[in-house]
Amino acid sequence: MNLNWQFIIDSLPLYRQAAWATLKLGFWGILISLVIGLICSIALYLKLKGLKTIVKIYIELSRNTPLLIQLFFLYFGLTKLGITLSENTCAIIGLSFLGGSYMAEAFRSGLEAVSRSQIESGLSIGLSQAQLVRYVIFPQAFSVSMPSVAANCIFLLKETSIVGAIAVVDLMNVTKDLIGMYYQTFESLLMLVAAYLIIILPLSMLLTWLERRVRYAEFGN
Amino acid sequence: MEWIGVLIVNKKDSRVLLEIKNLYKKYGETTVLDNINLSISKGEVIVILGPSGCGKSTLLRCLNGLEKIQGGDIIFRDKSLVNGDVNWQEVRQQIGMVFQNYELFPHMTVIENIILGPVKVQKRDKKEVMEQARQLLDRVGLLDRENSYPRQLSGGQKQRVAIVRALCMNPEIMLFDEVTAALDPEMVREVLDVMLGLAKQGMTMIVVTHELSFARAVADRIVFIDKGRICEITEPREFFTKPKTERARHFLNRFQY
Repeated sequence: MNLNWQFIIDSLPLYRQAAWATLKLGFWGILISLVIGLICSIALYLKLKGLKTIVKIYIELSRNTPLLIQLFFLYFGLTKLGITLSENTCAIIGLSFLGGSYMAEAFRSGLEAVSRSQIESGLSIGLSQAQLVRYVIFPQAFSVSMPSVAANCIFLLKETSIVGAIAVVDLMNVTKDLIGMYYQTFESLLMLVAAYLIIILPLSMLLTWLERRVRYAEFGN
Repeated sequence: MEWIGVLIVNKKDSRVLLEIKNLYKKYGETTVLDNINLSISKGEVIVILGPSGCGKSTLLRCLNGLEKIQGGDIIFRDKSLVNGDVNWQEVRQQIGMVFQNYELFPHMTVIENIILGPVKVQKRDKKEVMEQARQLLDRVGLLDRENSYPRQLSGGQKQRVAIVRALCMNPEIMLFDEVTAALDPEMVREVLDVMLGLAKQGMTMIVVTHELSFARAVADRIVFIDKGRICEITEPREFFTKPKTERARHFLNRFQY
C-alpha cells in the first residue's frame, strides 16, 4: 500500500488549524457543561422549588434528543425567528446544552451518595452548612462523580465531530472537504483518526490519573 | 486526675449540666419518646438500656439537635436548647457524639478527621490542636496511624479515632450511641477500655449500649427505657440484682443463657 506522503504533509497545516478549532470547541463545551451540570445538580439535590422542575425538563429534553438535531435547531431554526448566531457559538451552545445534562446527572449521583449519617457526623462537630458542603459533601460527592465526569468529558470531545454539519471548520469537516476535493480518502481519514487520538489520548490519561488521585483516599487503588 | 490534659474535673460535681424536662418526640403520629425527665450532673456517667427500638438512640440524638422534639425542654448549662434562638453549632462543640458506624470522613486521614472541628469550627491554632490530637491518639494507642485513611483501619480502630475526634473539641459531655454494636467481639474491648478510662477521668457521659457488664462497671446510674418511656432510673448494682419493674426483669433475663 502506497501512502501519498506529499498530500499528508501538505494537509498538515489544515489539520493543525482544525484540531485547534476542535480543541477550543471541546474546551468551552466541557467547561460550560460543568458549570451547568453543577448548578442543575445542586438545584436537584436541594430540591429547590420551581427550579427543580425546570431542571428536570431540561435534562429530559437534552438527553432524549440527538445533538445533531439540537444543533440544526440552533443554527437553522433560530435564525427563522430572527436569532442568528455564528456557527461556532451554536456549536458551543449545543455542546453545552447536551453536556450540561450529562454532567448534572454525574454530579447528582455523587451528591446523593453522601450519606445522611456523614452529614450528621459533620454537624455533630459543629460544622456550619457552608463548612459541611466544603469539607464533607463536595469532596465525597466529587470522588464518586469523578469517573462519570471524566467519561463525559471524553464523550463531549468526541461529539464535537458532528459540528461540521453546521459549517464549523473542525477536523471532521476538513477531512470531508479534502476527500471531496482530492479523493485521497484513506490518507485523509488516517490523519483524522490520528488527530483525534492525539487530542483525546492525553486527555484520557490525564483524567485517569486525576481520577485515581481523587479517589485514592476513599477507595484506594 | 489528668487525662491527656483534656479533662480536669472533680468527679461528682453535683452541679446539673444537662436537664431533660417532659420531653416528647414523635415521628408523624407515632410517639417515640414520652415524657422523658432526666438530669445529668457534671462528671456523671449515665447508661441508657432498653430493648431495640425503645427510643434510646433517638433520645441521644435529640440532645445535640439531630432530631427535633415536639414538646418539653432540654436545658444545657442553664440555657434552653428548645426555646429561643439556639446556636447549635456552638452547642455541638460542647456535646461530643460518637456514632454506631464511626462516621469518620473517608476522604480524610485520621489526623485530618480529628483536627477539622477544632481548626475550622473552633478556630484554634493548628499546631496546638495537632499536639493535642497526637496526645489523644497516643492515649488510645493509635499514634502510628495518624496518616492512615479510615478504610485502612479496623472497626475498633476507627471507633477509637471517632472518640478522639469528639474529644479533641474539648466537649463538656460525650454521647455514645451504641458505639460497639457494629464491632467484632474482640474489638469491643479496646473501645470499651477507652470509654472506661474517660469515665474514670471524670468525663460526663451518656452511653447507649447493649454491653451489660460494661454498663454495670461504668455507670453511675442506669436509665431503663421501654416503649419511649423511662421505666426506672437506678444505681447499677440495684438494677442488675433487683430491678424494680417487671419489664426490666424480663429484659435482663433475655441476656442470660
